[in-house]
Amino acid sequence: MDSHSQAHAEHAHPTPGLYLKIALILFVLTAFEVLAFEAGRGGLGAGLRPIFEPITVVLLVVLSAAKFALVAMFYMHLKQDPKLLANLFVFPILLAATIIATLIILFQYWRVVGAK
Amino acid sequence: MATSVLDHAPATHEKAPSGIWSWITTVDHKRIGILYGATAFLFFLIGGLEALFMRVQLMKPDNHFVSAETFNALFTMHGTTMIFLGVMPLSAMFFNFFIPLQIGARDVAFPRLNAFSYWVFLAGGLFINFSWLINAAPNTGWFGYANLTENQYSPGINTDFWVLGLQILGVASMAAAINFFVTIVNLRAPGMKMLRMPMFTWMSFITQILLLLAFPVITIALVFLMMDRHFGTHFFIPDGGGDPVLWQHLFWIFGHPEVYILILPAFGIVSEVLPVFSRKPLFGYTAMVFSGAFIAFLGFGVWSHHMFSTGMGPFADSFFALSTMLIAVPTGVKIFNWIGTLWGGSLQMKTPLYFAVGMVAMFIIGGLSGVMHSSPPADLQQTDTYFVVAHFHYVLFGGSIFGLTAGAYYWFPKMFGRMLNETIGKWHFWLMFIGFNVTFFPMHFLGLNGMPRRVYTYPAELNFEFWNQVQTWGSMLLGVSMLIFIYNIWKASRQPANAPADPWRGATLEWLIPSPPQEFNFGTVPTVGSSTPAWDLRRANGGDLPEPKPESGAGIHMPRPSYWPLVTAIGVLGVIGSILFTHAFHQWYFITLTGAAILIYGIYRWAFEPPF
Amino acid sequence: MSDAAAHVMDHPTSTGIDSKKVAIWTLIGSECLLFASLISTYLVYKGKSLVGPLPHAESQCMLHGKMQHCEPIFEIPLVTFGTAVLLFSSFFVVLALYGAQKGNRKMLVGWLSMTVLCGLFFIGMQVYEFSHFYHKGLGYGTNLFGSTFYTLTGFHGSHVTVGVIWLSTLLYRAARGKVPPEKALNLEIAALYWHFVDVVWIVIFPVVYLMR
Repeated sequence: MDSHSQAHAEHAHPTPGLYLKIALILFVLTAFEVLAFEAGRGGLGAGLRPIFEPITVVLLVVLSAAKFALVAMFYMHLKQDPKLLANLFVFPILLAATIIATLIILFQYWRVVGAK
Repeated sequence: MATSVLDHAPATHEKAPSGIWSWITTVDHKRIGILYGATAFLFFLIGGLEALFMRVQLMKPDNHFVSAETFNALFTMHGTTMIFLGVMPLSAMFFNFFIPLQIGARDVAFPRLNAFSYWVFLAGGLFINFSWLINAAPNTGWFGYANLTENQYSPGINTDFWVLGLQILGVASMAAAINFFVTIVNLRAPGMKMLRMPMFTWMSFITQILLLLAFPVITIALVFLMMDRHFGTHFFIPDGGGDPVLWQHLFWIFGHPEVYILILPAFGIVSEVLPVFSRKPLFGYTAMVFSGAFIAFLGFGVWSHHMFSTGMGPFADSFFALSTMLIAVPTGVKIFNWIGTLWGGSLQMKTPLYFAVGMVAMFIIGGLSGVMHSSPPADLQQTDTYFVVAHFHYVLFGGSIFGLTAGAYYWFPKMFGRMLNETIGKWHFWLMFIGFNVTFFPMHFLGLNGMPRRVYTYPAELNFEFWNQVQTWGSMLLGVSMLIFIYNIWKASRQPANAPADPWRGATLEWLIPSPPQEFNFGTVPTVGSSTPAWDLRRANGGDLPEPKPESGAGIHMPRPSYWPLVTAIGVLGVIGSILFTHAFHQWYFITLTGAAILIYGIYRWAFEPPF
Repeated sequence: MSDAAAHVMDHPTSTGIDSKKVAIWTLIGSECLLFASLISTYLVYKGKSLVGPLPHAESQCMLHGKMQHCEPIFEIPLVTFGTAVLLFSSFFVVLALYGAQKGNRKMLVGWLSMTVLCGLFFIGMQVYEFSHFYHKGLGYGTNLFGSTFYTLTGFHGSHVTVGVIWLSTLLYRAARGKVPPEKALNLEIAALYWHFVDVVWIVIFPVVYLMR
């Protein structure tokens, strides 16, 4: 691992215009999240509820993951930066997600089997 | 083309300062290492005394040497002290002193943050031990199971000392972990690729990653407990809908990686010592690196093996049983590679080797009892008995302490410029080895015969007395071996500091500079071509290495001392420690605010102080 | 091309990345586990409160000394607005950083001020929300929902507060001309922290407010 100038990494620098586009996309995705929530609980009419209620959680996960990725890749500059920095973020996120999932499963299981 | 962090515009290098103030304001990793070591060793002795008191109490049935309440405090403080104030900071002593040397750096990435870590550690250690003085020592076990730790069953401030003390110590560990992680990633000498780093540095690197990922979890668990105790929540209180088992999950998600934090540095030390004293390269360097990483990674997936008796159900039990058994594989790789290193080597029968080999042997025994625990049905018999106490003392004392002691004998000359005496060292080893085994091996029998943990006495009819007596005599022998170690250190301190730079013919960079090193470590930062740079130089030099001459250090500008880390540490103590007073008086938060003011002021002065 | 990275004091590092930048990312990685523990607990205790108020459902809760019927307590429009404000603050700080790297002090100070304002607004919204909930019967220890909600969002809010203080300090220095392109890294570090705080909210907002 030889040292190299940091100026190298800043090569393809995004413009304010791109940042604005990202901001607007984030805003729109947030609006979709709220719409998905509303649709799932019948706030947008009784007809949409049976369609959206079962998929609300999945939709929210996908939308928030997209927002997360956009902020990380563009605002936090991970797309252009050395891979090490992205790894410093991704690895703990994966571990965190695994722990959250495991705890949910462990506590659900307890409930399903009939708690002591 | 040196990549030392601190190559600067020419400036006169001052003579190393002396006196208490120089120690209070030091940001030199070597001095901070010595501070850690001395403080940790004192706490280790306190923890040992706590153990001896327990052993005296357990010597005979229905004994009244100490009360039940005191006994509870003894086993709680013994465990907490040995883990957080003993093994971890003793490892930190070596991280501090040797990581920069082994990677060819002049200091760590953030020297003042390094000093801060030490002061916060000291504050935490003093805070939690202060409780003894007011007869309020923590008494609910080092793992503080809820809801025993809740107000209903622990109304006094004992548990608060424990919760808050650990939070303070957590700050120290986190700061140090960031520091060493960045240091290892960023300050390596030219040519030192990751897979050329010494094994101690590698294992320490993995340890820092574990610290970074595990400590936040216990931080939150402790916050929940504190909220339950002082602010009306019911995170672990069944009456309010809470689940005490959640505490166990959160604690052990931290707690299991924590035990790898405790053992990996010792593994690293053994991987340094065995090659040097076998005059052979480490067998399977790459496998050793990856097995260490695999152990750490898997270590996050086994935590519920501490909870087999909580009724998680067969699916969870099986999952964690399998993952636990799987961890034995990379551990086995390490054991075999250590044996492979010794095999056919030219063994130098010196004290460091004794302790390193002792470590491997004792760790094997501890590992075997560990694998026995990994089977849930077997564990239902073993858990909460002395069988578990035997297991973890074999891996923590037989493993970590023996390993750290090997490091102490190996690196003492480099740190202090004096050799520890070989004869006394071997007495130390044998008395410690025999004392250790006499103390802890019979615990396997007692455990399987049903003696529970954490009991202050037992009735005579259960026939536990014989082995308990044996164990107590063993622990006395252990105490004697410790005195011999102290004598060895004292005797060495009386010698002049004229130890050679490389008394053991070591393989790594720290042996290429004087003993003890000069403030700037390396006059010229070396370029490295393999994982054994000192051996490479010897080979190039026909087997010899000239004694390195002290250098002037002209043109090298080291970071200046500072007291802002200490001030900031006091702020941390104030903020966290203030919670101790929530029941004592209404305006307790004035202490919090004062602490916060000191903390913020300290941070600002630190941030805007020029580091050079 | 701006060369914000070329500090006078910059030392070559093994990775070519400034040590402070590696350090902030290391901290961010660690903090993921902090918030994971809080989120796990929120989800594990979701639906297990013994009494109300509840986030999305009606319930029985204790108000003014007696048990009475309580409406769901969340007010999505307000929080959504706060979420948008926080998202835009990430946009603003990126613009401020761009200005810093280009040596454009007006751009730096202007957008950094907007960032700080957004942060303050977000904190204000949370304070309002907390006191509103408290008056509707949701105390810290009232039920598991209150305990987990306040702790999770409280931890996030304290992180926002630290970020606001940090950015304000930089704003003060920037206004006095003390953040030239060579020192833009300091803002970059603070901005990374700020984005992380935003990203945590990107997770909290749907998990807490939008999942029933």
